[in-house]
Amino acid sequence: MSDIRFEQVGQRFGDRSVLRDVNLSLTEHRIGIVGANGSGKSTLVRMINGLVTPTTGTVLVDGQNVARHARDVRRKVGFIFTNPDNQIVMPTVQEDVAFTLRRRGLSPAEIARRTAAALEQFGLSEHAEHPAHRLSGGQKQLLALAAVLVAEPATIVADEPTTLLDARNARRIGDLLHTLPQQVIVVTHHLHLVEEFDRVIVIDEGTVVADGTPGESLATYRALLLA
Amino acid sequence: MIGLYSPGTSLIHRAPTLLKLFLLSLCVLLIGISPDPWVVGGAAAVVVLLFVVARVPVRAAAAQVAPILLILLVAVPIQGLLSGWMIAALMAGRLLVAVALAALFTMTTTVTAVLEAFQMLLRPFRRFIDADRVGLLVALTIRCIPLVSDIVREVLEARTARGTQGSLLSIAVPVVVRSLYAADALGEALIARGLDD
Repeated sequence: MSDIRFEQVGQRFGDRSVLRDVNLSLTEHRIGIVGANGSGKSTLVRMINGLVTPTTGTVLVDGQNVARHARDVRRKVGFIFTNPDNQIVMPTVQEDVAFTLRRRGLSPAEIARRTAAALEQFGLSEHAEHPAHRLSGGQKQLLALAAVLVAEPATIVADEPTTLLDARNARRIGDLLHTLPQQVIVVTHHLHLVEEFDRVIVIDEGTVVADGTPGESLATYRALLLA
Repeated sequence: MIGLYSPGTSLIHRAPTLLKLFLLSLCVLLIGISPDPWVVGGAAAVVVLLFVVARVPVRAAAAQVAPILLILLVAVPIQGLLSGWMIAALMAGRLLVAVALAALFTMTTTVTAVLEAFQMLLRPFRRFIDADRVGLLVALTIRCIPLVSDIVREVLEARTARGTQGSLLSIAVPVVVRSLYAADALGEALIARGLDD
């Protein structure tokens, strides 16, 4: 579990202000982030992994400034993208999971052992040598999760991981995210996904407008949608 | 190699990649320069035997060799009429054996094994070339083929759904734009997976 802090964080893309004066401390096990399209929620979570550097303010992970120690932080924070197709690098399922471990100085035997364990955990063993691009959407997202989790990060950040999936696969990924021992931060439009989380944050027009239990925050968000 | 790998544990699957690459190159070279039809015929028999040893599915193997047959359907009669039927038969045999051997290599060797072989080959030049980077480049090139193929298919489907024919430009522009977006997203994913150096 990581201690993630946003201190006076702001982000501008040209003239457009995407985030303003965000102050957050994320220490809970499961945190949901919801908001309308373009509200700034994806930009916010991308800062945790150093994919976006804030224009103002600081993002700290376990006391490390992400802007200065991005490589170290990425070893602690795994990132799942909306479209798993863009996350798959290697041609076969097994090779893609093993790819994560290739630059970690592990022996080939250790890489093979950890890869096999990750594939087993996500029910992908029987597809190990299959071409990754021929998997179903749900299986691809499972592969993306396996490829991130094989590196044993302390935190998983998932940016709309169920948006492109059908209801069954979305539930499957959602159930998996609920059972992970790691700290999980999920950006989503599927509100049921975060209903049992420890904390839900609502972002609107670049600012935090609600932050609390799922019941309170989702009620605020639903009211915002109807306004 | 993009989904052509046929899982297995045969002797050919387990053989060192560099040895397979060396033998593939040597065989193609020898068949290419040999004027003896018996050598080419013998090589063809050996290739069939190698496919049997590798226990590669017949249908998958046939699918790899079939495209060259279409080319030979046109090339052999032309070559036969211009240079004689013996030379045409030799050319056809050489091409078939070379393609079948290359197919056998791709069907029994994983991309990772090929990358590791490349990295081993490049090791003496590590002062000048980053072998890991070259390996990653090759892997990404292979990975991008189905990715771009999907983009082209979707653009063509969208064009059909809208009932438009359009020019080549109407296909090229969305394909290039979407490919650049996909490349950007892939780059971001590589950074997120720790390949930012």
